[in-house]
Amino acid sequence: MSKLPAELKYTSSHEWVRVEADGSLTIGVTDHAQEALGDVVFLELPEAGRVLAAGEACAVIESVKAASDIYAPVAGEIIAANQDLADAPEGVNADAYAAWLFKLKPANAADVAGLLDAAGYQAEIAQ
Amino acid sequence: MNAPARQTALHATHVAAGARMVDFAGWDMPVNYGSQIEEHHAVRRDAGMFDVSHMLSLDLEGADATPWLRKLLANDVAKLGEPGKALYSCMLDETGGVIDDLIVYRLSDTRYRIVVNAGTADKDVSWMRKHIAASGANVSLTARRDLAMIAVQGPNARAKTWQALPQLRAGSETLKPFSGAQLGDVFVGRTGYTGEDGFEIALPADQAAAAWAELTAAGVAPCGLGARDTLRLEAGMNLYGQDMDETVSPLDAGLAWTVDFKDEARNFVGKSALITQPASRRVLGLILEDRGVLRSHMKVFAPTGEGETTSGSFSPTLEKSIAFARLPLTVEPGETVEVDIRGKRLKARTVKLPFVRNGKAVV
Repeated sequence: MSKLPAELKYTSSHEWVRVEADGSLTIGVTDHAQEALGDVVFLELPEAGRVLAAGEACAVIESVKAASDIYAPVAGEIIAANQDLADAPEGVNADAYAAWLFKLKPANAADVAGLLDAAGYQAEIAQ
Repeated sequence: MNAPARQTALHATHVAAGARMVDFAGWDMPVNYGSQIEEHHAVRRDAGMFDVSHMLSLDLEGADATPWLRKLLANDVAKLGEPGKALYSCMLDETGGVIDDLIVYRLSDTRYRIVVNAGTADKDVSWMRKHIAASGANVSLTARRDLAMIAVQGPNARAKTWQALPQLRAGSETLKPFSGAQLGDVFVGRTGYTGEDGFEIALPADQAAAAWAELTAAGVAPCGLGARDTLRLEAGMNLYGQDMDETVSPLDAGLAWTVDFKDEARNFVGKSALITQPASRRVLGLILEDRGVLRSHMKVFAPTGEGETTSGSFSPTLEKSIAFARLPLTVEPGETVEVDIRGKRLKARTVKLPFVRNGKAVV
């Protein structure tokens, strides 16, 4: 059974989103996604300053098995990427919710309300 | 819709062990039991086991078994000396395309055990039966779906097999690499698909779960198809349907060493097509020098022409990404090439296969 922290937001494309005190968003992939991917061996992360539309592919996570795109949960600008994680990508398997991929400054703070909560995401992956 | 996936005799065992199950060639098979990389290392460093019961064992018997196989297969069973010796071969169609790759064990001049891939099993059996009927050869072919198969692989695989299944020890201790023996109702081959020592054990399906449990108790790690794929890739072994199929000649798929033209009087199926269409590509390994992961069907740019990867993944032993690439004949090992990964051209080095053998990197 995969973990789903109640304080996080989620997307149907299996990203988790944490809303920080300053309104910025920290983004990773869910425990469910990490289980499905298997051993993660490579991350391609976006450059800081890149401006993204909602749902735009902006990172790639590669497991031994396959490559998967990671999408921007809402529109915004990349403010940081986790280079330490890129150097040790197995961290995604060790703890998916500690392994953040990038931080995003949303173009419109209200967009966050459109993301799934834990129950909504649980319903998505149960299908 | 596809038919419901078939289950091996070990299916419940895999599910109980928490395996992640996937469809493979119509079978519901374990892809891993947790970490694919740890399973890979278990085989390279100690001992791991795979349920390969989806593969099909065939028994061929009859006075014409040897001449019939010499016609059916691109490799020549006549080179199998002592009883039990095994041969890897392609089975070709008339155009020289690969119908399947298989292992054949010679038990005597009139008796052979053949093991074919799961996804091609039905096609293989019909092809063989058609050829038996057309040739009028005195042979009979029996498909052994009553058997399960467990591959135990790794430097400690044989010792742990004997510990777990001591009744197999006497009959399998003297087996040389790439040979097999029938021990009562169990067939043991000192063969595999990992580049390590070990056994492939075909046994009655109703004995499989008990044998798996004994092997587990002896410290053999259950491994899924995920690790099997990275192990065979490091070992430089082709996967049917990915590295070759009916549209590719074995001469273009890195399998020229398995096609035996020595006996000019031997007219195996596909021979004339191979003679009129000599090799146009060669297969080399690629080691990615930049960061990323090679996959199948990526375009490769060499100084003297373009090619394509057929299989690619991350190599847990080398901790780099590796691939097989079908390249122009002019490309040599040791060259730097570029691979298109999602629109970026990354650098890779060509090498002779395999990448790893008996636990050690050889590139």
